[in-house]
Amino acid sequence: MDLNAILQWPHLVPLICALAIVLVLPLVAGYIVLVERKVMADMQVRLGPMRVGPHGLLQPIADALKLLLKEDIIPENADRYIFWLAPLISVTAAMLALSTVPIGPVFLIADLNIGLLFILGVGALGIFGIVLGGWASNSHYSLLGALRSAAQLVSYETSAGMAVVGALLLAGTLSTKAIVERQAQDGVWFIFAAPVGFFVYLVASIAETNRAPFDMPEAESELVAGYMTEYSGFRWALYFLAEYTNMIVVASIATTLFLGGYLRPFAGTPLFDFLDYLPALLLLLVAGYCFYRVPKQPVGVQKGFMAVVGLLCGGMALLLALPAAAPAGSLLAGAKPGLHGAFWFVAKVGAYLYVFMWLRFTFPRYRFDQLMRLGWQFLLPVGMVNLAGIAVALALHRGLGWGVVPSFALTTALTVAVAAYLVWIGEKQEVRKIGEEETAGNA
Amino acid sequence: MGTTRIPGGVETTVLGADEIILNMGPQHPSTHGVLRVKLRLDGEKVAGSECVIGYLHRGVEKIAEHRNYQQFAPYVDRMDYIAAVSNGLGYCEAVEKLLGVEAPPRARVIRTILTELGRIASHLFWLGTHALDIGALTPLFYCLREREEILKIYENYCGARLTTHAFRVGGLQYEAYDEFEKDVERFCKEFDRRVNEYEALLTENRIWVGRTKGIGILSAHDAIAMGVTGPVLRASGVQWDLRKAIPYAAYDQFEFSIPTGKNGDTYDRYLVRMEEMRQSRNICLQAIEKIPTGPILGKVGKVLKPPPGEVYHSIEAPKGELGYYIVSDGTTQPYRVRIRPPSLINLEALDQMVRGHLVADVVAIIGTLDIVLGEVDR
Repeated sequence: MDLNAILQWPHLVPLICALAIVLVLPLVAGYIVLVERKVMADMQVRLGPMRVGPHGLLQPIADALKLLLKEDIIPENADRYIFWLAPLISVTAAMLALSTVPIGPVFLIADLNIGLLFILGVGALGIFGIVLGGWASNSHYSLLGALRSAAQLVSYETSAGMAVVGALLLAGTLSTKAIVERQAQDGVWFIFAAPVGFFVYLVASIAETNRAPFDMPEAESELVAGYMTEYSGFRWALYFLAEYTNMIVVASIATTLFLGGYLRPFAGTPLFDFLDYLPALLLLLVAGYCFYRVPKQPVGVQKGFMAVVGLLCGGMALLLALPAAAPAGSLLAGAKPGLHGAFWFVAKVGAYLYVFMWLRFTFPRYRFDQLMRLGWQFLLPVGMVNLAGIAVALALHRGLGWGVVPSFALTTALTVAVAAYLVWIGEKQEVRKIGEEETAGNA
Repeated sequence: MGTTRIPGGVETTVLGADEIILNMGPQHPSTHGVLRVKLRLDGEKVAGSECVIGYLHRGVEKIAEHRNYQQFAPYVDRMDYIAAVSNGLGYCEAVEKLLGVEAPPRARVIRTILTELGRIASHLFWLGTHALDIGALTPLFYCLREREEILKIYENYCGARLTTHAFRVGGLQYEAYDEFEKDVERFCKEFDRRVNEYEALLTENRIWVGRTKGIGILSAHDAIAMGVTGPVLRASGVQWDLRKAIPYAAYDQFEFSIPTGKNGDTYDRYLVRMEEMRQSRNICLQAIEKIPTGPILGKVGKVLKPPPGEVYHSIEAPKGELGYYIVSDGTTQPYRVRIRPPSLINLEALDQMVRGHLVADVVAIIGTLDIVLGEVDR
């Protein structure tokens, strides 16, 4: 078998992509945790992890090692096999969902024609891991956490579904890659056509991944750690990995559906072509900062490490700069869509995750019944109205020949009006409920 | 698992689901130490609760019988360690009453300043942990940042940060340090802006209001019947504050108001404490303007030997009425010291407040009572 035949083999690229995802994902998840802790520290006027490696850059690796070496405890009364299986289900489901996410025009494991449906379906399987884990632990906290999780996921999956269908109407396809291509053709990201849909998906996706302010299932101050209470060591790490992978998955869906996936901002406008140099410039800045910090590190090892990080960033900057600068038609220029696509995709996913973190450190936690009310009485109706609105806008545009802007502006305004009305109704109910409780309390 | 109300007002359980007993604590992230609460749950609804206390019992009252009057003073700091200064003030004043001496005016004003700073520190700590219980992670760090400033003032004053042992029977041991007034003033000037910052994060936050309004309602009648005191009582609409009712230290010299609530719910208790912090700040600002000159220690002997008799003295600690009942048999050691800890008495209202609420509210209600287990168990 000569080299050419291997290169021609249709499963080669998917295989490399799959390997990359399975090998790199735990690392990525670990570093998302580090970024989260740093962002949290910044918002809370402190430094965050600083001890392991310069600026705590090796913290995720130390944490992973610690979790691997920790004693693995299975409670005596737990159902051993299910207890063992549950975290695996969660992780597998979360990772499988990544298989149809287009990280770039090339970096895509499988371009299924039912891609989005696959992600939603497989992603939802993760709930089995949570429910089974909570049940198998044989603990009240775990059970309550698992039940909350199941109820929450079912409730918010519907709202998220409504938002997704809205975007699908615009795209006219389920294939994730085709959805992105469609946004390139239309010259507009779907977030501008369906802002309300994006908002609904944002809220629903936070709830779906059990993140604050909707982190009921693992509400630390109430249920200790929810369904994970009895887990420790590596099994616990698997749940953690699943949680962060799920975050990446929902962020990827949002990026693909609403934020133009791997497309550069203003992808179709030659006027903005200078943006092609932005990725390289950003990475160069990071590299420069790393080198600037090198002499300020206390120990030789840390100096070296910082320099290596700087070199890595510089190398990546070069990798991104060369294809952008190379003459069209050359081999290097051919690599540009893939490399730059991956950069923009990761940048968008990162921005989405940053919003997750920001909300987490700002808001108190919802109570379970409030969460349900929000899901069923606000988010779901708004999602449905949004879906109808998009349908009407498309009908106005394609059927009656209205312009794109007036038809979408009209329906968006109507959708926002309905959402405002729902908020008003909800507030009135809340006031009445408090009034009743007061009289009950005084009786 | 639902309950249904049949005509006649009797509640029956349909579907025949069992109630479960959930054990919260003594090791639990939000029971503020080692409180253990056994909850009877119907689904997630609380049908009943029982507090199990004593995990931090150190026999403070018994220790008092084997120490002389000065030696016991540091022990009281270990009860409500979040506001150790208040404990010391109550004890010193109680012994002074027993001895029939009074602290000199200068000592009394400085005591007032330090105690009010302690109240702010205690309320800050309460706010941070309460918000954390309800899921807001960030206010805790802002609150601790301000509390740190107060602890620094304590450290400069007497060398200790937490269990300060700042006062002595008869007055103060230490003179205020040179920059004392300036430090307090700087803190107070800055603090006003900071409280507004916390309020911006929480007061009008829809989630915060949703989580606290109408939760754990305690009527004024019930509060008085159960002996609840402090901000919890005032949030129920009772204007009772020992600083005004039975003035001690130097409180009769300063202008301040007593904030009260209306509904007696968690949100009102939050508002009352926020306003109390502002009032404490005002007291401090007034006090540093007129610290009298003069001695700081009254005429008490080296050996304290009160005449036989008994005394009850109570002060308005940050958490409520902190009372000391001391019986003297004429020797250098107290015959009996009985302490009325506000946290313990306030905790008794817990069962009534949590009934009918959800598990998540239990955490909010434990937080809003502002208990310190060191004080509950003693």
